[in-house]
Amino acid sequence: MIQLQNVHKSFGNNHVLKGVNMDVGKGKSLVIIGGSGTGKSIILKCILGLEKPNQGQILLHGKDINRTNRENFFARFGMLFQGGALFDSLTVWQNVAFKMLRGKLKKTNAEARNIAIEKLRHVGLKPEVADKYPAELSGGMQKRVSLARAIAANPEIIFFDEPNTGLDPIMSGVINDLIREIVVEMKATAITITHDMSSVRAIADKVAMLHDGKIRWTGSIEEMEQSDDPYLTQFINGHSHGPIETIR
Amino acid sequence: MRMSINSALGNIGRSTISFLAALGRVVLFAFETFREMISGPFYVRELFVCLVQIGWLSLPVIGLTALFTGGALALQIYAGGARFNAEAVVPSIVAIGMTRELGPVLGGLMVAARVASSIAAEIGTMKVTEQIDALVTLSTKPMKYLTIPRVVAATVAVPLLVAVGDAIGIMGGYMVGISRLGFNEAAYIKNTVDFLHTWDILSGMIKGAAFGFIVALMGCYYGMNSSQGAQGVGKATKSAVVAASVLILISNYILTEAFFTK
Repeated sequence: MIQLQNVHKSFGNNHVLKGVNMDVGKGKSLVIIGGSGTGKSIILKCILGLEKPNQGQILLHGKDINRTNRENFFARFGMLFQGGALFDSLTVWQNVAFKMLRGKLKKTNAEARNIAIEKLRHVGLKPEVADKYPAELSGGMQKRVSLARAIAANPEIIFFDEPNTGLDPIMSGVINDLIREIVVEMKATAITITHDMSSVRAIADKVAMLHDGKIRWTGSIEEMEQSDDPYLTQFINGHSHGPIETIR
Repeated sequence: MRMSINSALGNIGRSTISFLAALGRVVLFAFETFREMISGPFYVRELFVCLVQIGWLSLPVIGLTALFTGGALALQIYAGGARFNAEAVVPSIVAIGMTRELGPVLGGLMVAARVASSIAAEIGTMKVTEQIDALVTLSTKPMKYLTIPRVVAATVAVPLLVAVGDAIGIMGGYMVGISRLGFNEAAYIKNTVDFLHTWDILSGMIKGAAFGFIVALMGCYYGMNSSQGAQGVGKATKSAVVAASVLILISNYILTEAFFTK
């Protein structure tokens, strides 16, 4: 469904992506792992059109994504941002129903609010939070609201950018379960970026490891656990010694 | 010696190119703003929110500025006029000074301080917290949702603020003229009304519209181009206020030349 072919991206002399090749099948969940600053988020931004690759192609259903209608793409797309990216000036329900309050998917306020409350329930939040502002919620609740916003328009494609950052292990587990549930229930195609190996094990159908601007390794969870790739092994076990350079 | 001349010329060249590049980016941003302004969708609710924030909530600061400026202006003109026995011109000069120059310029600068900084800080924070990226993924163009309502609201609200400021400034001059300078109330009002032309007020309001456009455009431009982190937002805020203030003063001269020289 989504394919990256030889994607390069540089910022000045900093060559972040040096020929990324990967693909995600329809209804599958791909998790991209890799060290900080290896360009994982840049891959998502290239797919979204927020960054333009210097070279290579990104295909959606076999068509170059830059030649497809972006509005149509975003109409069936949802994303959970690392920091939540909730709009401070809007209430929780207005954040969740943002797409339904304007544009092609516009609904009446009452309809949009009902859908928002249903989505909030889906991620384990009570209707009472609907009229609060994001700043009045804890970090974990904000992440759930952001998750509710990502799934509000029943997207076919969902991206999760570091969904567990800043959360305690229990809340992290809750978010992982929710993501898995949503991906399975909605049969959505998902790409997740994370450093958290418990998330990888909970969310992924397929794992891709990004290192030095390229996909170093790709395979299923079972293959990952049995792999003897020294880069992958060092990363998943969190060893400070190995082929991946660490700065002390 | 030759090395240091080359180095100085190099620095001048680099600064000039970097200035022209920045100017080019601002002009392109302004063109994009105009282009997006003429096609839908239009976010009417956001426009009204911006009108309240930029227009209504700026009234106290504009009113206070105008009131004290009008009063001080009356004192200065009286003191200056006394040198050649022309104290009687106080009402007319206060009126023309407020409507043509001080009302729009001081109003524009006060709005620049209050609004350009707040727009740049708000949009800059949205940028560094990925809210702008989130807008894109929610099928909403940031330019249409954030820039257009602010630019339109400021372009509409600032001339109205200038008109209110003019009235309050003239009233400030009147209060000082009556209480401190011994003018007759009816004569002061008659002198003001007789001397003032519609064009004096309109020209100030047109300046106000231009200044409002500049203020919101600079706030949005620097906010949208804010670099990462708190320092980036702080820098964007400062740059927005400085750029808006300088552009207001430059465009004020250009508009004055255009309106009042034959």
